[in-house]
Amino acid sequence: MSKASTSTPKKDFVTPDTIQKAVTKMNADGLLPHNLTEELVEKLNEREITKKQLTVILNNVKSTFRNALIEPGEAVGVIAAQSIGEPGTQMTLKTFHFAGVAEFTVTQGLPRLIEIVDARRNPSTPMTEVYLDEEHKTDVDKAKEVARRIELTRVENVASNVSIDLSEMTIIIEIELDLLHDKGLDIDNIAETISKGRKVDVNVEGNLIHVNPKMESLKDLQKVLTKIRLMPVKGLTNIKRTQINKDPEKGEYVIYTEGTDFVKTLRIPGVDQTRIYTNHTYEISETLGIEAARNAIIKESIAVLKLQGLDVDLRHITLVADLMTVTGGVKQIGRHGISGEKASVLARASFEITVKHLLEACLTGESDPLKGITENVIVGQMIPLGTGAIDLMMNPLKKRDKLSKKAASKTK
Amino acid sequence: MAFKLPKAIDALQFGLLSPDDMRKMSVVRVITADTYDEDGTAIPSGLMDGRLGTIDPGQRCKTCGNRVGECEGHFGHIELARPIMHVGFNKKIYKMLRAICRECSRILLTDEEIYKFRQDISKFEKRWKKKSASMINEILKKAAKTEECPHCQALQSKIRLEKPTTYYEEVKTSKKSKVVERKKLSPSDVRDRLERISNEDCILLGIDSYYARPEWVVLTVLPVPPVAMRPSITLESSIRSEDDLTHKLVDIIRINQRLRENIEAGAPQLIVEDLWELLQYHVTTYFNNEVSGIPPARHRSGRALRTLTQRLKGKEGRFRSNLVGKRVDFSSRTVISPDPNLSINEVGVPEEIAMQLTIPERVTEWNIEELKELVMRGPVNHPGANYIIRQEGLRIDLRFVKEKRNVADSLEPGFIVERHLKDGDIVLFNRQPSLHRMSIMAHKVKVMLYRTFRLNLCVCPPYNADFDGDEMNLHVPQNEEAQAEARTLMLAQEQISSPRYGGPLIGANWDYISASYLLTKKGTFFTKKETMQFIISSGYNKDLPKPEIKEPEELWSGKQIFSLFIPKDTHYTNRAKICHKCPECLEENCKYDAYVTVRHSILKTGVIDKKAIGSQQEGSLLGRILIDQGTDVAREFLDGITKLFIRVLSYKGFTVGFWNIDIPKEAKARIDEILDDAERETRETIDAYRQGILERLSGHTQEETLEMKIMEILSKSRETASDVAGEYLGMENEAVIMAKTGARGSMLNLGQMAACLGQQSVRGARIKRGFKGRTLPHFKHGALDAPSRGFVRNSFRRGLTPIEFFMHACGGREGLVDTAVRTSTSGYMQRRLIHALLDIKAEYDGTVRGAQSEIIQLKYGDDGIDPAKTEHGQSVNIDAIIDRVLKTEVEQS
Repeated sequence: MSKASTSTPKKDFVTPDTIQKAVTKMNADGLLPHNLTEELVEKLNEREITKKQLTVILNNVKSTFRNALIEPGEAVGVIAAQSIGEPGTQMTLKTFHFAGVAEFTVTQGLPRLIEIVDARRNPSTPMTEVYLDEEHKTDVDKAKEVARRIELTRVENVASNVSIDLSEMTIIIEIELDLLHDKGLDIDNIAETISKGRKVDVNVEGNLIHVNPKMESLKDLQKVLTKIRLMPVKGLTNIKRTQINKDPEKGEYVIYTEGTDFVKTLRIPGVDQTRIYTNHTYEISETLGIEAARNAIIKESIAVLKLQGLDVDLRHITLVADLMTVTGGVKQIGRHGISGEKASVLARASFEITVKHLLEACLTGESDPLKGITENVIVGQMIPLGTGAIDLMMNPLKKRDKLSKKAASKTK
Repeated sequence: MAFKLPKAIDALQFGLLSPDDMRKMSVVRVITADTYDEDGTAIPSGLMDGRLGTIDPGQRCKTCGNRVGECEGHFGHIELARPIMHVGFNKKIYKMLRAICRECSRILLTDEEIYKFRQDISKFEKRWKKKSASMINEILKKAAKTEECPHCQALQSKIRLEKPTTYYEEVKTSKKSKVVERKKLSPSDVRDRLERISNEDCILLGIDSYYARPEWVVLTVLPVPPVAMRPSITLESSIRSEDDLTHKLVDIIRINQRLRENIEAGAPQLIVEDLWELLQYHVTTYFNNEVSGIPPARHRSGRALRTLTQRLKGKEGRFRSNLVGKRVDFSSRTVISPDPNLSINEVGVPEEIAMQLTIPERVTEWNIEELKELVMRGPVNHPGANYIIRQEGLRIDLRFVKEKRNVADSLEPGFIVERHLKDGDIVLFNRQPSLHRMSIMAHKVKVMLYRTFRLNLCVCPPYNADFDGDEMNLHVPQNEEAQAEARTLMLAQEQISSPRYGGPLIGANWDYISASYLLTKKGTFFTKKETMQFIISSGYNKDLPKPEIKEPEELWSGKQIFSLFIPKDTHYTNRAKICHKCPECLEENCKYDAYVTVRHSILKTGVIDKKAIGSQQEGSLLGRILIDQGTDVAREFLDGITKLFIRVLSYKGFTVGFWNIDIPKEAKARIDEILDDAERETRETIDAYRQGILERLSGHTQEETLEMKIMEILSKSRETASDVAGEYLGMENEAVIMAKTGARGSMLNLGQMAACLGQQSVRGARIKRGFKGRTLPHFKHGALDAPSRGFVRNSFRRGLTPIEFFMHACGGREGLVDTAVRTSTSGYMQRRLIHALLDIKAEYDGTVRGAQSEIIQLKYGDDGIDPAKTEHGQSVNIDAIIDRVLKTEVEQS
């Protein structure tokens, strides 16, 4: 590779300016993508190149690119489906895996891939990566503070004991003050949340909270007790656990949460809204819109495949993601999404719930335009794909007429 | 066929048959429940009436006069004594009944609402089908809530559907009262109501009245399918066995007849109703025998009948097994076995099969002599022919031709000869499961002895084939168009590059890799005689280069020999698989000879191993050649080197055996020490845990922490033990060669054989289930130490103790179960993916569109590049182009 430097520098080498111009001229039709031309310019600048060589290289690049273009009629959909489906057989079925930095389990492998293409509303292990803003990201304590705002704290999490005083018919909550302060709360906060919107008397005595719900029966009291124990004091209901990790490269603290509540997490002060990420694709589409959902589907799919050491071209994944999101909402791959909404009755019937589709089509007087693949396979015609998509338009009779006319004129 | 199919079907229209339609298309009104009389002739007006079409060969259809193959059958009909509900529509009927007035059958919406909805529907109908469907539901829901008809002011009542087909009406006795009277709605009542719905209102109910009037969902006439659809089979004992549908129709007719008689005789209401309900049951199960709420109709033997819905539904149903997937002729299947002397483009076909499969060839002036020869040889000698089709369409079966000479002489241009498969014919070769397009590739036939299909080893990865009994299928394209398509698009060499990741999927494997290493490693030299042997038998027929060593004897190096097969103008640089990944790479001066450089098609440095010629390798030499020089050159290269490797390997010899995993005593001692340490450490950790002084990892309980710690200690000990064993197993060890070059196995496998098998796991954790508190009765209750939880200390070489063996079996079983479960889940996912994406194609304008020409991507993959033509997704390898141009330039100057 280092041969360029050894060659004798007797020739005139082109300047970066001419390179730029030549490349722009070569790509006047905009065929090559921007990043490719940029890379080309950069790499050409590193070498010593004569003008003649430059033209040869550019011609070469262009023709190589032309040769690699997709051919019209290619069944790109099937190729994408196969390219994603085939490695599925090689994936592990193990549901759980430790996800990189965070020390909790995240669904991986085949189950996760199915979850993504299914566009599930409730994935099995949702999580959020919360990046912090300038103020909070370098300080552990400040990061902890943000984490506390996110993580759900219930009364039982800070209480060492919750019991019933039978003589008084009250509930006594013994608060572990260390835990409480660790969560950034004080005892009055707890008392407040308990009394809020309830007809109870709450008294604070040292680390004890006496709650008198004025109940008659023990049964009711016990019901209140469980209610109080599970009462959220702070944080977001869906987020069971958070964990703070230090990014070894950037030296900043990142909070990982188990469970998601994307909208609410975005509003927590200290959170960097521009970098926050969740693996919950559906929540992303709800809050950030369809483009973001498309990107999330792509990103998640790549992550799953990469972790399994499987190599799938980005183009296939983007095609699937694009198909799922073209209509402006996330659609599932399967009976409740794309396959169930096909225009063709036969295509729908051949997938799942055959009879229902046929009967419904009868009532609505549907007609099948036979534009798709399955339909044409069913009726036994050429499929409109690949070599089958090409028709020869010729009127043999006309041709014969012309020929005979020609012959006639010749004989004249 | 009696009728000619139209050239192309443009569209299919769905709709319901009206009672009149059914009568019109019927050829016979079926009134007799019997099928055949004693002497086996079909009873007229019975279910097997000759007018319904024929299934007996030789008999002519009484309606159309055609024989079995030509007559496709004709429908009959049954006049039902009373209307019967159609089960498939019960939900829709329920929804309609709720939405219409019980008196005037107008939709229960005000005129303004009707106007508005109709506007909306016509607006959405064409452009947004799904929206209009959901709007219909909205209308139905809204109308159902109305209590008083806006048109005739009649008071509405609640309709209840008792599944599957009974409807009740809860009539309020007065407007305010809460007392309801439950009244059954007979199918006649329902039909009356539906009949009164106006065509205009139908649109709002989601019904196209032109194709389906609402009352047609209540049947008054039942079509009887032609016998061809329900053939009876004659068993050996000449007992006729009727089809399930016939059985069901017999039931229907019998009850229908009884019902009619009873009505005519003026039988009590109760009896009529009972019979009516029974008829309803039979018709219901005739349509669908899996309706929830009613018992399925059964055969005498107790097997549930397979009626109409069951015939269509599911994997074995008409759709998936006959319409979307079809059986084919001109195919064969047998066991596969390897043949390294074939090209990747070839497939070895047994002579027996080649004589069965034929290709129709039209006789022309140019091939007439050749074909005459084939006809002469007939169907039993290999390159022969089985049939001749004369111009007028007459088929001559050559098996029964005595004087072949006469037939051969009668051959003239325009005839078609169905000749045997011969060398060079193109066929499609397939191995299931067909997970990607490389599972079906075209090969050229090579007719061979014996009874298996033979294939080159390099095409094993795309088919995912091995030779432990795998079978494969072979199909013969029957016309020139199909053959040309197979040859240009599907030929194995055209599929070398995988569209999944843009790299070669077909490539050298296993012994080829070992051989390539042995050949190209430093210090491999061959005499002139040896060299000549190798390259001549590998298809090289040019001059020998100058030998690398001239004195005392002329010797050629392995690298030199390999270089002979590299196509010209190849430049390549990469690190080999055996690369030690040194922190600082010495590049060309690598002491392990792991830096591969090819300059001007000469292998300068480095050994060739999996990285350079293997399949599924990114940035390989094979991939480089494929991209730069095309598929023909790549195939030649691959065919050449693989043949060379086989010759070299069989000349040099290569054996793996027990001695490969034998390590010296001192190594064993070291390994023992490592394992002792690990076990001791585990015990200490357990002690710490028992005393409660084990430091908890954040976010985990004590137990989890303990398990994690132990797993870490033990897996680390196995690793170090393996490494120790590895130190004593050098590069001259055949097993190590295979592992390091990527031919087969890994150093981990070797470590498990030589040093220590390590921890066995179930569900990613140590084995813990079994007996109460322990895995096996050989351990104490609550034992947590390494051996009791599945740590196998011994190596395969040393042998496993019975307990270890058991633990290993546990882990092994999980793997088996895992694969079994995985294939079905991933298969289903792939089916869904394919069904969702199969209409999508790239168009001439560069966009990607679906079946309805809706745009999905404006440019395929944002750059319009075919991943199969890329280098790992990269459309243009700029570095390679610059290098190549600069180098040729240097040469020229």
